[in-house]
Amino acid sequence: MKETFKVKEVGLSNRRSFLKISGLAMAGTALLFTGCSDDDDTGTNNNNQMPGIRNGVFDFGGGDNGILTYAYALEQLEADFYTRVVNGNTFGSTFNTDEQAVLADLYHHEVIHREVLKQAINTAVNNNQQQVLPNLNFDYGALNFGNRSQVLEIAKKLEDTGVAAYNGAGKYLESAANLTLAGKIVSVESRHASVIRSLINPDDAFFAANDVVEPSTGKNIAREPSQVLNEIEDMGYIQTAFTANYLS
Amino acid sequence: MRLKIWAISKRLLLQITFRNQPLNFTTMNLIKFIESFTDDNALRQNASRRQSLGQLGTIGKKSLLAAMPTGLLTLLLVPQKSAAATTLTTTADNNSPTDALRLALLLEYLDSEFYQTGLDTNGLIPAGRDRDSFTKIVNNEYGHINTLVQALGGTGSPNYFEKPEFDYTAGGLFDPFNNYDQFLALSQSFEDTGVRAYKGQSPNLISKPEMLQAALQIHATESRQAAEIRRLRGAKGWIQGNNRDGLPPQAQPVYNGEEMATQAGVNTAQVNNTGGPAIPSIAGTEAFDEPLTREQVLSIAGMFTPVNPLE
Repeated sequence: MKETFKVKEVGLSNRRSFLKISGLAMAGTALLFTGCSDDDDTGTNNNNQMPGIRNGVFDFGGGDNGILTYAYALEQLEADFYTRVVNGNTFGSTFNTDEQAVLADLYHHEVIHREVLKQAINTAVNNNQQQVLPNLNFDYGALNFGNRSQVLEIAKKLEDTGVAAYNGAGKYLESAANLTLAGKIVSVESRHASVIRSLINPDDAFFAANDVVEPSTGKNIAREPSQVLNEIEDMGYIQTAFTANYLS
Repeated sequence: MRLKIWAISKRLLLQITFRNQPLNFTTMNLIKFIESFTDDNALRQNASRRQSLGQLGTIGKKSLLAAMPTGLLTLLLVPQKSAAATTLTTTADNNSPTDALRLALLLEYLDSEFYQTGLDTNGLIPAGRDRDSFTKIVNNEYGHINTLVQALGGTGSPNYFEKPEFDYTAGGLFDPFNNYDQFLALSQSFEDTGVRAYKGQSPNLISKPEMLQAALQIHATESRQAAEIRRLRGAKGWIQGNNRDGLPPQAQPVYNGEEMATQAGVNTAQVNNTGGPAIPSIAGTEAFDEPLTREQVLSIAGMFTPVNPLE
């Protein structure tokens, strides 16, 4: 049985978003549980909330650890996706030589990002495994890994989303070291996004089209964690339930 | 030959008059100038262009330097050390948000004028993907300039400074507006420098969330642009080790340090993935871009900025 999660904006007064879990999904209708953790509205500093299980579901926590865990979840998704791409039975015939080289590099990079973020979190939580996001499960549904345009479109979506996510999350980091680590990763994600886009369409400056780079400011878009998690939820690839009640 | 040395704004400026033609050097581009003679390949590549430089007349730089008495060479090299020491001590405090934004503005000025000049040079940038990309890139850079100037308080702010004069030949080493390969090569070095520069400055903006986010957003655009230009040159979109991908040796400072293999305590050369193909040890250096310090950025930008407004 497929386990899904839903993101829902609640509590306008505190601007926080809450990721809600549905334990069951039936015929396209998700059941939403709208519960809050006990101290949501007591003025507790979110930054002190550690990652870990709450009400039976892993929550990213708040502060730097929460942002690192959020990034770790996104990198898990990207790494899993490209692992399946390069493992595809028809990888060598679906993509030309240049595309294979690009996708293999992206596979390498995302797996390394995932492992580095995992270690950064382990260090931050003194290797307390209760506070390290577990390995997530993924399901890509009808996605055909032997279909070039389908794979490249998902890659574009994942890379553009990753860049926007890091851009929007950086300001919530308190540690300069964590900010620098995120910065080292996001520029490579942005290089990925650019190259994937140019594989889809090499012309018309599609690498920095108006949907990702604001033409009047030249700024790549930024997305708040709640927006990103909504988009990720809509993609439907992550099967493991989690919550993000204390981000930002 | 006459030699004048004087100090301008904490730096030494040297003027060598040779056959009635004054040659001005700041200490930084003097260092670059002298370093350029240590690379035979650069000399070969630039031998013909040097001869056309009005600044140097018909005198090749090497012969100019060779003609100098040893004592003069010593004199040239000695102030370089003291100036470098001065730079280190005086820039240690230049880590405010304003300093970060001003450094970024200098780079955006450097980039935008370069691309605009390229686009305005008939026959330089091929129509199609290349021209579309550079048109988009220069528009992005103008947007970045506007964003930065606003963040600095507008053109009336004492933190604002106007675009300085740039010398994209770097004192005669390059000829980018007559040679598209060189134009692309310099474009790549400017973008990769920009990526690393914004990254290096981001901790200085940590107290200003809005400015930090804007800088991160610009940083991401620079990264998109860097990858596109690298691909136009036939290179990977990302930096492997400290490989400068065929750029001239003067560009090596843009790539030094990119070979970093340890990230957050992980030796990235040894990462494996259960259930997937093996990961080459070099991939970890590609997967992370490294920051440049302010001093490193100013050194690179200084090659093209005869009078640097930030120094």
